[in-house]
Amino acid sequence: MENLTFDLAQTSLRELNQFLHNDAKKGEVDKVTVLNPDGAHNIAVGLDCPVTVEVHGHAGYYAGGMNKTARVVIHGSAGTGVGENMMSGVVHVKGFASNGAGASAHGGLLVIDGDAGLRCGISLKGGDIVVGGSVGSFSAFMAQAGRMVICGDAGDALGDSLYEAVLYVRGNIKSMGADTQIEPMSDADYAAVADLLRQAGIEHNPKEFKRVASKRELYYWNADANQEY
Amino acid sequence: MCGIVGLLVKTPALRERLGELMVPMLIGMTERGPDSAGLAVFTDPLPDNVRKISVYSGLTEDGADFNWLGLSHDLKSHLGTTVGVEAKGNHAILTTSLDPEVIKRWIKERHPKLHLLSTGRSIDLYKDIGTPAEVAARYNFAKLKGSHLVGHTRMATESAVTPDRAHPFTAGQDFCLVHNGSLSNPNGIRRMLEPRGISFETDNDTEAACRFLEWRLREGDDLEVALQKGFEELDGFYTFLMGTPDKLALIRDPFACKPAVVAETADYVAIASEFRSLAHLPDIKNAHVFEPAPEEMYVWKI
Repeated sequence: MENLTFDLAQTSLRELNQFLHNDAKKGEVDKVTVLNPDGAHNIAVGLDCPVTVEVHGHAGYYAGGMNKTARVVIHGSAGTGVGENMMSGVVHVKGFASNGAGASAHGGLLVIDGDAGLRCGISLKGGDIVVGGSVGSFSAFMAQAGRMVICGDAGDALGDSLYEAVLYVRGNIKSMGADTQIEPMSDADYAAVADLLRQAGIEHNPKEFKRVASKRELYYWNADANQEY
Repeated sequence: MCGIVGLLVKTPALRERLGELMVPMLIGMTERGPDSAGLAVFTDPLPDNVRKISVYSGLTEDGADFNWLGLSHDLKSHLGTTVGVEAKGNHAILTTSLDPEVIKRWIKERHPKLHLLSTGRSIDLYKDIGTPAEVAARYNFAKLKGSHLVGHTRMATESAVTPDRAHPFTAGQDFCLVHNGSLSNPNGIRRMLEPRGISFETDNDTEAACRFLEWRLREGDDLEVALQKGFEELDGFYTFLMGTPDKLALIRDPFACKPAVVAETADYVAIASEFRSLAHLPDIKNAHVFEPAPEEMYVWKI
């Protein structure tokens, strides 16, 4: 199988993405290496075939967004919205990620070895996110389904207005969002954390994680709450 | 949207290349801010009793053909002292050992359409409408020298596209601020400052933040205390980058709604809204690249 290199200092981003959208589906190339990404937006977005894309450098906004089945590895940092809306496959950021990482992801696995910015996993819809470092404020806001494993700390209002997504946090939580609570870990939770850490290639003892889930009080209208939650 | 860029060189030899290194940073932020651009550069300070004043003639009838030599003669005959005039097109830097307020008052009376951009011992300021590449070429930004600078590319949302509403904004002496974002209480800030004798030149929200912070500095706060009061009083979305004669400072609002990324090496600290404005910098592959946290103060000293 072939390994193809796109140097974005020489080749346009559009050429790379068009290759990934069209020719890559033929299955003749199984690995694409991207050099000099230099913070360009929309690198390897909307992929729909099991190709591996290795990006060497820092990516701009929305890298690996809307991903399906592909594996996108960023050997550097990622800008806003990395892996947003992904459906399946893997997006792996070796450095840090900016705001809105994995926003609204329906499936697949997003791994961030470093820290993630604010609003990580906002409106998560079924994807899994593993963050080796800490996440910023308002992470998992209104997350509906899926799992987040946070190996470091969480910022303010973690999981505010959470639906059925489940969060596992190893470090400190600066403050909990509305309608979230810390729950006891079950054997299934330990197994889930162990499995996600293994997939992410990050080593921690699952026993060190706590589970954060919805209190489900916001599911029902409470006229006596006086808008205080 | 808007783009901000900042560059502080630690290695004295790089001061000669400050403008050259910065121009691609500014042009890299064109998509974030195509309608206006500007920058403030901080040079070695002039002697204690000397001030320089950056002046813009683009709003006068003569525009870039403004008679700067005539202005120089008039200043000399009216004020009895030589005022240095270093002019290029619609921009000039006046140098004087008089009280700069005397010069500024004289200019406001005689040439009300001349726009006073900045005053100080270190700061030179340029801003105009046009794409970042056009503005950079108009003022030959690539040739600028100094220890640090603050730049901006504008996509106007809160006030009209005019040269005086472009960034950086200044207040007082040797202080400037650029802003990516939009404030929600600029009029409240103005109503608080105006009774204290602080007057505004535009209806721009950023000018309110700039005058607020400069007022705090003038009242004796150091930069860190002034920025803390900024966190308490300024509401809205912002990434602010500020320059003083020996410092660059950056803050982001608690929601980090507007981006910023920093690259630091032994030779420089570079700040931009996005990494694509930093990618060309020397030895960037080995730089320490990080995203500044919300509601934290980042202050770099020359």
